[in-house]
Amino acid sequence: MSPRRFKPDRDVTEWTGPVARYDLAKEVTISFVVVLLLVIAFAAIFSSPDDHPVTLKSWATAMPVDFVQTAVTELDGTSPTATYGPPYNETPGAGQKIGPVSLARLAGVHIPINTTEDFVIKPLLTLPNAPALDSQVSRYESAGVAQRTSWDAAYEKAIAAASFPGYLKVPSGRYGPVGVMMTNLLAMARSGALDGALLSSPQLYGTDYTKPLLFIADGSYMSDLAANLHLQGDQWGMMNETGNFPGQAWLWLYTMWYQVPPFNTSSSGDALVWAVMMLLTLVLILVPFIPGLRSIPRWVRIYRLIWRRHYRSVTTEAT
Amino acid sequence: MTTTLPAPAPRDDGPAARPGVTKGIRPTWTGRLRVRAVKALPPDKLLPDTQPAYVASWIYVFGALTLAAFAVVVLSGAVIALKGPAWWHVSSIGLFFNSMHLWSTELFFFFMVVHLWGKFFMAAWRGRRRATWVTGVLAFAASIATAFTGYLSQQNFDSEWISTQAKDGINATGAGAFWNVLNFGQMLMWHIVLLPAVVGLFIGVHVLLVRRRGVVPPFADDRAGGPAAAAASVAGPGVGQGAPAAGLFEEHTPSSRETAQ
Repeated sequence: MSPRRFKPDRDVTEWTGPVARYDLAKEVTISFVVVLLLVIAFAAIFSSPDDHPVTLKSWATAMPVDFVQTAVTELDGTSPTATYGPPYNETPGAGQKIGPVSLARLAGVHIPINTTEDFVIKPLLTLPNAPALDSQVSRYESAGVAQRTSWDAAYEKAIAAASFPGYLKVPSGRYGPVGVMMTNLLAMARSGALDGALLSSPQLYGTDYTKPLLFIADGSYMSDLAANLHLQGDQWGMMNETGNFPGQAWLWLYTMWYQVPPFNTSSSGDALVWAVMMLLTLVLILVPFIPGLRSIPRWVRIYRLIWRRHYRSVTTEAT
Repeated sequence: MTTTLPAPAPRDDGPAARPGVTKGIRPTWTGRLRVRAVKALPPDKLLPDTQPAYVASWIYVFGALTLAAFAVVVLSGAVIALKGPAWWHVSSIGLFFNSMHLWSTELFFFFMVVHLWGKFFMAAWRGRRRATWVTGVLAFAASIATAFTGYLSQQNFDSEWISTQAKDGINATGAGAFWNVLNFGQMLMWHIVLLPAVVGLFIGVHVLLVRRRGVVPPFADDRAGGPAAAAASVAGPGVGQGAPAAGLFEEHTPSSRETAQ
């Protein structure tokens, strides 16, 4: 069998030339000490960021009207979470696509969330000794869809002109039990009780913050804070973090796609960015197998700089 | 108390007893594993005290620096784990170790990316070293996921903002149905158990492959005046540097065992 043809981007002539003294253990030890000292210096000088998280309590305290405006969209099922689609709920047409395929829809609903029930009604029913509220919630739940829609619309219109001079002041309207429900939900949020009520675990120890985080993300309070901190998606936010810290600089390529069309204009921008990044990652893994791509190092000749002593010595020997 | 067992009775396994297998003992899985391991990585390859003379550049240091930074990342993370994920928010010592965790991660990625680019420009996959490249890139990708889950586990504004933003990307791939970035408990477990194990595994295999295959030799560059140069010049116009005629290179052609991967 004849030997395979030598390809310089795949094969090598293994080294049979001179060797030099090398102390692997010493190199690793010195590297560790140097890195440890560098890390200690950076940690001592720059520390690390730790901004307080937004809670439903802090949001409802800082922007009560915004909280209620968001809460009513959770109640009437028009909030971003309510209309998200998989994996949270079934919403016709929702779910980003790559071409004709929606991977989110294929995966299905695995974290079911009904914002009306989960974000508003169930938390309100946890409030103790509130028979008046309970009767209003029952009234809302037993009403027909058209009646509920009418109440929700009336309240949404009224809350747009609301203010908070120490209490929630909403113009009067024909919004039935919704006013009482929202006032109680706001009070619940401002007391901190809603944060606990939305934890997804029935156990004492809860670690799943899906519901409170989705509720908070539906409002504009956290988003406004993030914009001030230059963390929005169009501000290279995915790779930034609060304060003057490097953040996840290694996500620069992933974040870059969100700044350019069609990714920043498409309704399936996230799916497209991920598709591109998965493809590029696969290409990076397979560089040694891809003709042309694996020849780039030989063409650009940066290796001449890396092995300059070797080439100098070989040239000297040749002359 | 130490019990001394009598030496096993010598058994005649004949002259064909395999090297490395204890004479007189029927071959065991352990013995066979040892034979294979020592054959693949003899001690002088695993812990060398010499390197080819061409290994003379600062770029080679970045591999060891990456390993060192990884060690500091793991150690600082282990200290935080001793007191739990909320400790660093309420303790100045905890904050310091969290800062060490952050900055060692930053350095880890910096060193790793320089190492990766260096290896790219050396075409370090040549000569049966493709698996070394592949495991290195996989370690890089797994490291990104590990760092990402670390950001999600901080329990502060950064983690809640990043998780609520990142959910859309993860959900768009369908993975969000199973890998919920808003679930702190799930992300913390991935960050401190599963993903570090994956990164450690890839790094371990990568390092063993580096030790087994050695450091990739330089290109046989025509301008160096070596044999390749002579070959290229004999081949005449049209045969560029680094791409000599096949026949002229037969004496350098690696054996099928060397090239097959």
